[in-house]
Amino acid sequence: MTNSSLQTAWLALSDGTIQQGKLIGRPGTTGGELCFNTSMTGYQEIFTDPSYVGQLMMMTYPHIGNYGVHPDYDEARRPMVSGVIVRAFSEEYSNHQADGSLQQYLYHHGITGITGVDTRSLVRHIRDKGVMNAVISSEISDAKELVAKAKQWASMEGLELATKATRSEAQTMASEENLFKVAVIDYGVKQSILKNLISRGCTLRVFPAKATFEEINEWNPDGFFLSNGPGDPRAITYTTATVGRIMADGRPVFGICLGHQLMALSQGIPVEKMFVGHRGANQPVKNMITGLVEITTQNHGFGIHESAVNEDKAEISHVNLNDGTVEGLRFRKANAFSVQYHPEACPGPHDSRYLFDEFTERMKAAQ
Amino acid sequence: MPRRTDIETILIIGSGPIVIGQACEFDYSGTQACRSLKEEGYRVVLINSNPATIMTDPIMADAIYLKPLTVESIMEICEKEKIDAVLPTMGGQTGLNLARDLFHRGYWEKNNIDIIGVDIAAIDITEDRQQFRDLMEKIGIDQCRSRTAKSLLDAKEITEELGGLPVVIRPSFTMGGMGGGIIWNEDEFERKILRGLELSPVHEVLIEESIFGWKEFELELLRDNNDNVVIICSIENMDPCGVHTGDSVTVAPSQTLPDEHLQKLRDAAIRMMRSIGTFAGGCNVQFAVEPETHRLVAIEINPRVSRSSALASKATGYPIAKIATKLAVGYNLDELKNQITGTTSACFEPTLDYVVVKVPRFNFDKFPGSDEELSTQMKAVGEVMAIGRTFPEALNKAWQGMETGHSGLGADGFEEFDRKTVRDRLLKPYWDRSLQIRNAFKLGASVEEINDITSVDPWFLQQIRYMVSLENRTEGQQLKSITKEDFNELKQAGYADKQIAWLLSQSGGKTITEEAVRKQRLKLGLKPVFRVVDTCGGEFPAETPYYYSTYEQQNESIVTDKPKVLILGSGPNRIGQGIEFDYSCVHAVLAAKQMGYETIMINCNPETVSTDFDVADKLYFEPVFWERVMDIWEHEKPEGVILQVGGQTALKLARRFHEGGFKIFGTPFEMMDLAEDRGKFSKLLEELEIPFPDYGMATNFEEAKKVAKEVGYPVLIRPSYVLGGQGMRIAIKEDELEEYVSAILKTHPENAFLIDHYLEGAVEVDFDSIYDGEQLHEAGIMQHIEPAGVHSGDSTAVLPPYSLSDKAIETLRDYQLRIAKKMQVKGFINVQYAVKGDDVFVLEANPRATRTIPFIAKATGRPESQIGVKVMLGSKLKEFDLTSTLKHYAIKEPVFPFDKFPEVKKELGPEMKSTGETIYFLEDFNDEHFRKPYEFKNLYLSR
Repeated sequence: MTNSSLQTAWLALSDGTIQQGKLIGRPGTTGGELCFNTSMTGYQEIFTDPSYVGQLMMMTYPHIGNYGVHPDYDEARRPMVSGVIVRAFSEEYSNHQADGSLQQYLYHHGITGITGVDTRSLVRHIRDKGVMNAVISSEISDAKELVAKAKQWASMEGLELATKATRSEAQTMASEENLFKVAVIDYGVKQSILKNLISRGCTLRVFPAKATFEEINEWNPDGFFLSNGPGDPRAITYTTATVGRIMADGRPVFGICLGHQLMALSQGIPVEKMFVGHRGANQPVKNMITGLVEITTQNHGFGIHESAVNEDKAEISHVNLNDGTVEGLRFRKANAFSVQYHPEACPGPHDSRYLFDEFTERMKAAQ
Repeated sequence: MPRRTDIETILIIGSGPIVIGQACEFDYSGTQACRSLKEEGYRVVLINSNPATIMTDPIMADAIYLKPLTVESIMEICEKEKIDAVLPTMGGQTGLNLARDLFHRGYWEKNNIDIIGVDIAAIDITEDRQQFRDLMEKIGIDQCRSRTAKSLLDAKEITEELGGLPVVIRPSFTMGGMGGGIIWNEDEFERKILRGLELSPVHEVLIEESIFGWKEFELELLRDNNDNVVIICSIENMDPCGVHTGDSVTVAPSQTLPDEHLQKLRDAAIRMMRSIGTFAGGCNVQFAVEPETHRLVAIEINPRVSRSSALASKATGYPIAKIATKLAVGYNLDELKNQITGTTSACFEPTLDYVVVKVPRFNFDKFPGSDEELSTQMKAVGEVMAIGRTFPEALNKAWQGMETGHSGLGADGFEEFDRKTVRDRLLKPYWDRSLQIRNAFKLGASVEEINDITSVDPWFLQQIRYMVSLENRTEGQQLKSITKEDFNELKQAGYADKQIAWLLSQSGGKTITEEAVRKQRLKLGLKPVFRVVDTCGGEFPAETPYYYSTYEQQNESIVTDKPKVLILGSGPNRIGQGIEFDYSCVHAVLAAKQMGYETIMINCNPETVSTDFDVADKLYFEPVFWERVMDIWEHEKPEGVILQVGGQTALKLARRFHEGGFKIFGTPFEMMDLAEDRGKFSKLLEELEIPFPDYGMATNFEEAKKVAKEVGYPVLIRPSYVLGGQGMRIAIKEDELEEYVSAILKTHPENAFLIDHYLEGAVEVDFDSIYDGEQLHEAGIMQHIEPAGVHSGDSTAVLPPYSLSDKAIETLRDYQLRIAKKMQVKGFINVQYAVKGDDVFVLEANPRATRTIPFIAKATGRPESQIGVKVMLGSKLKEFDLTSTLKHYAIKEPVFPFDKFPEVKKELGPEMKSTGETIYFLEDFNDEHFRKPYEFKNLYLSR
């Protein structure tokens, strides 16, 4: 299908940058924080990652949609991004195992997106100016109106979004081997994290973000897992007490991404909004304990500065080789460890899955 | 761990002459290795017999041995140079085999020499099919079912076991998959098995279940001493399994694998690399994936840098060979910086925000009767790489760089096809498969139909069908009525102005010219922007001036106010135009830099040193195609262009530069043109009273007959404007003449052709020189051992002449100077002569850097390419030290690919067939390197 047969759409950034492209997904208007992901595969995993609630996802790799969609690649029941931005959308696909095309999928779930825009120039723009909000629309063509809309969009800083990504009721997921009982606090947990835990013999009980320590403890877990999730970790104040109790409990605690940030906050380690953030599947992280390097999947706009980590609060276990930022912590005053990146990958390399093993080993040791 | 301090002197083994399957990518990797080691302060000793390499330049190593690549030479060097370590992974299979041979003799161990960058035991495993199988089984990597046969009987039994034909055969320990292939039917079974057994040095052939039609992938890996592994690039072959990866159209990154399956490949590749010994360096792993089930099988692993790693380096910007070398001397990946960004870590996996397409270049035209079907034995002689933001853009650009006359993937006048020929051509893999897929869509075929016949993944087919839909939309339109949006879409899909012009001319109206399209395009404000290849998808700022063009909004190539020189590269390697021109391009860059110019390189051959991102000040990885070159010219506004170092590729554009009023450095255009025009050139020789063989021009057989009679048989017949003697033949009588004329008219219909009297029994002489308007520098006079009639590129040449009379040599010098003067040469001038006794006849003149310039430079120790380019840019010869270090004789020995075309007879004639050459230094004529070719000099002369 040539471009001229598609409907026109616009992308407007809050600083006034406008690009015209073609509509993909459902016609409409959508907005959010404009961020980019440099992973060359795994678009479906990315679009369905609950950590992206409230964000417009721009893929730096041009061809997106090539192999269609498959239910196994869902990280949530539906796409979680507010909208998608690509350079060369494949409306058709090639994959014997696929369920359908990405176009059908986005349309079905009411996601609005845009293709045919100069994604690289936008990446360079954000890289220099920092993240900002944007809107995509197939309805509004007036530049001023679009920019005004982008400006009005709520800023990610100070935004609490976990309630939009979590579940309403606790749910149990059994593991056949049933070696450990893990309480998962769901701030927007990815399916692949749950799969990684279950495949290691963990029976899970997944609690809503607002669960209290008493509610969780009642199930009598062997360990606690604090999940990834969207938004500003400093704004999720309702969970502060729960996280504090979990950290003080003594049973093993493992946290990923937002969970990692919440754990750090509970120990008095501050979290900051980053200028651009890390989003991709090629980030080098050095394990400071083993000296080995892992290629990791990352997805975070908030982070912990090295200088903020007080020696008596935590040990920095993992460091990003590109910019030296903190990627992992071992807490001094808790049986807890956490990473900023995504060891479950999906999409991305599987180098860091040993961390799930470490978690089960800690639980085993405690048994 | 920082660099090792327990070693001081390191030996690098080169890959020798260019052969099919082992080309100048090893000069690229070897050069990077040399520079990488010198940066670290090691003493580098190098052996390579190929004089046309950059790696053998004096600046690259501390001691260079231009010697035959034999264990004897290596032992001799090791004794003399006190070698502490050997790095054998940069010299392809040749380098590895030599290192392995010496390893098994216990030589390295006995002499306390460390082997770095590879584990020989690992190579033994990867090269021995059965051992490799066993190992893969042990680590749980799925493979095609197979077994090794030592006899024809074995082979029959195993084939039965595997469920019958087709099967794939792979002889053990052969290079470039030689002797390998698919056996489809009983008829060819015996012949192919026996040939495989013969070719294998251990007389073993692996017989394997056919995975013909599966998707094929390659991963390029790096591992350090700490066992950190990163994947630099994933490559997907558009041609499914069954075609050697060197013969396949390949695409980076992989396009059709979901992340889950790509990660399975990654996990398997890492496991495989970690299973084969403990070395730090580069590695290539090949996989096949069954399209329906995604079943993954490992095909092979190569624990060294390769053609694919050169491609991956150019595709991603990540200098694999350079980093692999650092790892070999002790560094870990996390201790090194990403050289492209300059700030981030080298321990990462590049991400692309563009698409890279490689298209192989073949030379079947040189070997009439050769089997053109592609198989698991490599047949391509070179390749083109193109970068675009999308697959269609990159694919069109790749074909623009091929120099097969195409302006992209079709829509350029090669349009005579019907359903049957297209279908026949698609039934088996051929070099033009992607073109034929396009043609099939043009004829209305469906994705399913083409997928059914070719097994090419539907995604690629969908993309090509999209391209055809753009063509169909454009045909029948008026130039002025195409909207800006549609025009932009065509340009974004890589369509050249020339293709658009052709499409618009199809509506039956008047012919639209390329120039008219360009004008209209610029009027609409459509011009390309230049993007940085930055390894990181734009995430970090990059320091490296490595660009490609595309049609988008933001330009990233900032133009400086320095004076600039544009240097055009020589495009894909092919017979007659190979590494020698890359050598001269690199030197042209160095020379122009020294003269204070900012150098801008344009080339599209990923195997070359000239496309390394830190050679020129700015590298545009673009087709050497008029429109692309002009776009860069208009962006950069250089002072002028150097065309004389890029072979015929660059020269072909001379007229357009000249007519456009763009400055060409060096010899005036009129004179370059005159040299190509036999009529004008002969007139010039007549004026100078210099003799030449009788000749005439003809455009049809009747004229040819007449001319041949006038000049006298035997005659030499050839189309004008060709390099490497393409289409050139010797005819001894009229019926042969007729045959050749009709052949030429078929391949070069618009060309006039030349008929020369062929001087029987004459000696041919190549005379390379540089002229600055005042002084002629005699670079070298080379006497051919084979008689005139054998192409100069195919003959064994001796520098200086070994049997010419003093009088003849005096005459040569006199003619050379007079020709140079008359042609107002500024820079290189090569003249070819036929000498009969004291009589000297001029055959042709080439006012450009020739194939022999690097050979002479290596033989004499003079940087001839640089001198020539500096003279072009205004230097005088008296500024240079022109003393030669050549003591006795240097001999240039050609290397032929006849082993790759078993169905073709070895015969030599005026059409060049050799792929590469070696240099050898002689002391006297008792040396067998002289005696042997001398003895056989007449043997292969044919027509």
